[in-house]
Amino acid sequence: MRVPLSWLREFVEVPASGDPMEDAAHVHAALVRVGLEEEEVHGVPLTGPIVVGEVLEYVEEPQSNGKTIRWCQVRTGTLPDGEPEVHGIVCGAPNFHVGDKVVVSLPGSVLPGPFPISARKTYGHVSDGMIASARELGLGDEHDGILRLAELDLDPEVGTDAIALLGLDDVAVEVNVTPDRGYTLSLRGIAREYANSTGVAFRDPASSREIGVGEGFAVTIDDDAPIRGRRGCDVFVTRAVRGIDATRPTPPWMVARLTLAGIRSISLPVDITNYVMLELGQPIHAYDLARLHGGITVRRARAGETLVTLDDQSRTLDPEDLLITDDSGPIGIAGVMGGASTEVSDETTDVLIEAANFDPVSIARSARRHKLPSEASKRFARGVDPLVAEAAAQRVIDLLVELAGGTIVDLGSAWIEALRPATIDLAEGYVDGLVGVDFSLDEITDSLAAVGCAVTPGEDGWRVTPPSWRPDLIDAPSLAEEVARIVGYDRIPAQLPVAPPGRGLSRGQRVRRAVADALAAAGLTEVLAYPFVAESDNALFEGADHPQMRLANALDAENALLRATLLPGLLQIAHRNVSRGLTDLALFEIGTVFLPERGVDYGVSEVPLGTARPEPTVLRELEQSIPHQPWYVSALMLGDRRPRGVGQSPEKAGLADALDAAHRVAAVLGVTLTVETSSNPALHPGRTALLLVGDDRVGIAGELLPAVALERDLPRQVGVLELDLDRLLSLSTGEVTAGTIAGYPAATQDLSVVVPVTTPAGAVRTALLDGAGDLLEEAVLVDDYRGEGLEPGTKSITFSLRFRATDRTLTAAEATEAKTAGLAVATERFGAQLRA
Amino acid sequence: MSEPREITEPAVDSAVDAALAAFAAAADTAALKVAKAAHAGESSPLAALNAQLRDVPAEQKAELGKLVGQARGRVAQAISAREGELAVAEEQARLAAETLDVTAVPALRARGARHPLTALMEQMSDIFIGMGWEVAEGPELENEWFNFDALNFDPDHPARAMQDTFFIDPVERHLVLRTHTSPVQVRSLLDRGVPLYVVAPGRVFRTDELDATHTPVFHQLEGIAIDKGLTMGHLRGTLEHLARALFGEGARIRLRPSYFPFTEPSAELDVWHPTFKDGARWIEWGGCGMVNPNVLRAAGIDPDEYQGFAFGMGIERTLMFRNDVKDMRDMVEGDIRFSQQFGMVV
Repeated sequence: MRVPLSWLREFVEVPASGDPMEDAAHVHAALVRVGLEEEEVHGVPLTGPIVVGEVLEYVEEPQSNGKTIRWCQVRTGTLPDGEPEVHGIVCGAPNFHVGDKVVVSLPGSVLPGPFPISARKTYGHVSDGMIASARELGLGDEHDGILRLAELDLDPEVGTDAIALLGLDDVAVEVNVTPDRGYTLSLRGIAREYANSTGVAFRDPASSREIGVGEGFAVTIDDDAPIRGRRGCDVFVTRAVRGIDATRPTPPWMVARLTLAGIRSISLPVDITNYVMLELGQPIHAYDLARLHGGITVRRARAGETLVTLDDQSRTLDPEDLLITDDSGPIGIAGVMGGASTEVSDETTDVLIEAANFDPVSIARSARRHKLPSEASKRFARGVDPLVAEAAAQRVIDLLVELAGGTIVDLGSAWIEALRPATIDLAEGYVDGLVGVDFSLDEITDSLAAVGCAVTPGEDGWRVTPPSWRPDLIDAPSLAEEVARIVGYDRIPAQLPVAPPGRGLSRGQRVRRAVADALAAAGLTEVLAYPFVAESDNALFEGADHPQMRLANALDAENALLRATLLPGLLQIAHRNVSRGLTDLALFEIGTVFLPERGVDYGVSEVPLGTARPEPTVLRELEQSIPHQPWYVSALMLGDRRPRGVGQSPEKAGLADALDAAHRVAAVLGVTLTVETSSNPALHPGRTALLLVGDDRVGIAGELLPAVALERDLPRQVGVLELDLDRLLSLSTGEVTAGTIAGYPAATQDLSVVVPVTTPAGAVRTALLDGAGDLLEEAVLVDDYRGEGLEPGTKSITFSLRFRATDRTLTAAEATEAKTAGLAVATERFGAQLRA
Repeated sequence: MSEPREITEPAVDSAVDAALAAFAAAADTAALKVAKAAHAGESSPLAALNAQLRDVPAEQKAELGKLVGQARGRVAQAISAREGELAVAEEQARLAAETLDVTAVPALRARGARHPLTALMEQMSDIFIGMGWEVAEGPELENEWFNFDALNFDPDHPARAMQDTFFIDPVERHLVLRTHTSPVQVRSLLDRGVPLYVVAPGRVFRTDELDATHTPVFHQLEGIAIDKGLTMGHLRGTLEHLARALFGEGARIRLRPSYFPFTEPSAELDVWHPTFKDGARWIEWGGCGMVNPNVLRAAGIDPDEYQGFAFGMGIERTLMFRNDVKDMRDMVEGDIRFSQQFGMVV
């Protein structure tokens, strides 16, 4: 809402410092205190000298370019010696006469643009200023020649400051209006709030409700399908004026105020309806009375009905739309937009004014349905004071008579069935107990009275009746807010509540933090990708037949799916970094993924009301209506594993880095990962590892299929890891039972065995551990030899074994015995032979 | 080997002098070892003289024995001294040879970094943990009931249109990406009951195109406290504590009247600090208020017995003004240079 200060001053006293920006800052501060949000200050960006001039004479001079210019002599005042001040000005417009009063922008002035004016040579003359058009002055779009003040019924003295004359010295403060405060979408509401904030007197522009006419115009309200049981229309006031001149100009003060308020000047009758809407908050519609057929009926649309609206769009109506109709059919979507057939035009002489009140829900739905967020629908959707309609209608016809001629006729009606706001019981002490301030009784009653409530004593407190323009005041807390904001939130003291003893972070939360810290400490950089991916991204890792969750209104239609894996996001971020020349990367993300199950119809067909705790079965249905969204951790590595440096040979990151990261994560959880050879459609067929805890799959590690990497402009070798953190968490207790740390000496022996090359060394190691028993403390793979001296298709793998007993010093014979037992199991499982 | 000589003082002195000269001349421990063998070994002149002591007459034994013994002592001492000198010299030479250009030592591992948004959420959560609160979490893909209805958003209320919501296809099934972390408050009320003191950090979604000041995916930290007798004073006290713990003791907060469906009274929260970039000033930080009784009713809690407050703020916004991040895109693009500026700073 933009509030021109000159307009505001009609209803409240606002300090005038002489600096409009200072005044605007003051008004902003006052309005912010009571809950309106500060936005910009708008002014007409021009500076003088811009004065009234009189055309003394002109000579028409045809030019070689086909144009005819006028070389004018314009008087703009009187010089100190008593001689007239005359400027020679070149003007391209042909629409004025000698003797016309015009607006002259003198050298040194600046018009909106910014367009600085100086004396300049043009068409063979020195043009010493400019005769301005309405548009050049920032007064709307009119550019049919220069502005003749006579057209505005103005005849000021020559030399008068035109900026003040035309209201161009005004500024407007813009405030943001929250959805509960529809009444502040008007000067009336803003002025009241300003008064509430500063304590100055408020003059209500709607206080006098003159009822001028009887029931002369037939209006029928026939809502046979109220939405959610709410009648579509409860106020419908009409007034009529005959014999207006719709072509009369809108006075400049009105144009200036409308312009500052952000509304374009269109024609005098339309400008007046907009002006009154801004002033009182009541949307007004004007019909060309001659184009109406019979009386007006307000009803719901019938299936298939259409209407051509003011913007010349043909719209198919919905049975939920509330319509204004006459005998010809629909002539407007109530509260949203009028129809073209009854529109006021330049030819209009008789006007019917409608000031009505409609159900906010009905209007909001229609505006959304037809994508017509108009100034009217915006106000109706937030609630319009149902009792302001008559005053607004009267204000419109008064202005029509004053500015457009015409006479008020005895043709109008007023149908008002608006419900009065319900009375609220406010217990003494309630406001203090909610806000935490010891308010005096006067502070409470005075604040409520200031916002328009009627306050009477009640049982243990007060009975409070909110004003008609405050449909948001419905309960004691809403009244408490009024008291708190009128007295001022600054009065609220600071007090620390004492919570019951807490248990700290949950294990899952501690694990996620520790995992992030461990990976960052290991040299990985944490990133946060958007969870929006392409269908093919999920399919790449998960397979094309996996179900996915899709957005109905994605910002980017390409990426309308929710991620089922974190890896596509990491790939995208890797690509961005590589394209920026950052070619050695180790990234990780901890985030949730969306894992719908096949055949499950997620969601609910009906959402219960939020008025009470749902029944257990309903609550369970709500809780189960969403897919599984576990926390994952994923990592990606590419480029050099170590930074380049003296004496460090470059090593490409890959599978080893992914596995290293996986084991670091496992260490945080206190679990041991088993690594198995595996496959994945997006990964290198020879470099894919399945990660398990016991028999439970918890993730994958590997290198991207080179084709997949190259397709994304990444290097051929890219290590990737993905672990299901929630699953890991469920498989680990986090409890550690400390064993004995035996101090007896260890016996170390190496063991080399020959196995087929296809036998995973990890499986042989497991066999050794299984066979050797408790004495084998550690088995580390230290060599893998293939080639000379071995049968083709075999390899020799060497383990360094460390044996120890917890209760004695082990003899070499005992260690050898255990080793032999280990070898026996490896032989049994894989045919492992001791290397000769 | 030389002929046995008579044990005389000149002979002993000559052997000692020769030994000392040889030790002094030894340039390293290897040379010293050779000199030691020659002058103090079994076949050295001094050893030969020593051997002759067996044959000297008894009355001379004491005198000559002392003479030879002292000579051998001098030689042994000289060896030890020279060994020490050489060991020090050799260690020094070795240390000199091992000199590295400490400015040229390569980094063994890339330096990792936490994302400052998650680090900041952890820091803020910890401030509440310190007050005995707990950290609650919930799903990002939510049922509309938790995101709107239970939070007193009427299905037709304009506030519902205020939220630019991502809907899950098909829309008729009423699933959304949560527009705030407030559904976690509802779930906490339902699951944990009262008294309740929790914060909910997490990721939220609105249909804003990415630009310097907007992102469709961002983070919030919200809090809710429901107990007997909580007032807006407790709300102010809690937020003031948060601001001071986060920005420093000089931080101040301000509440301005506002509107949210789930709170009444409602307020905008501004924060002020003397050392903010661009000078001491008020910055819009978040929203807050007293929890609307309807929210408690939706969770089956009696609003006549319990009341409390809720608040929330954007993490991106907090990071922007705390760390002078100028462009929202830096926080979402994943350029490693952004996170690495923060390193492991907590």
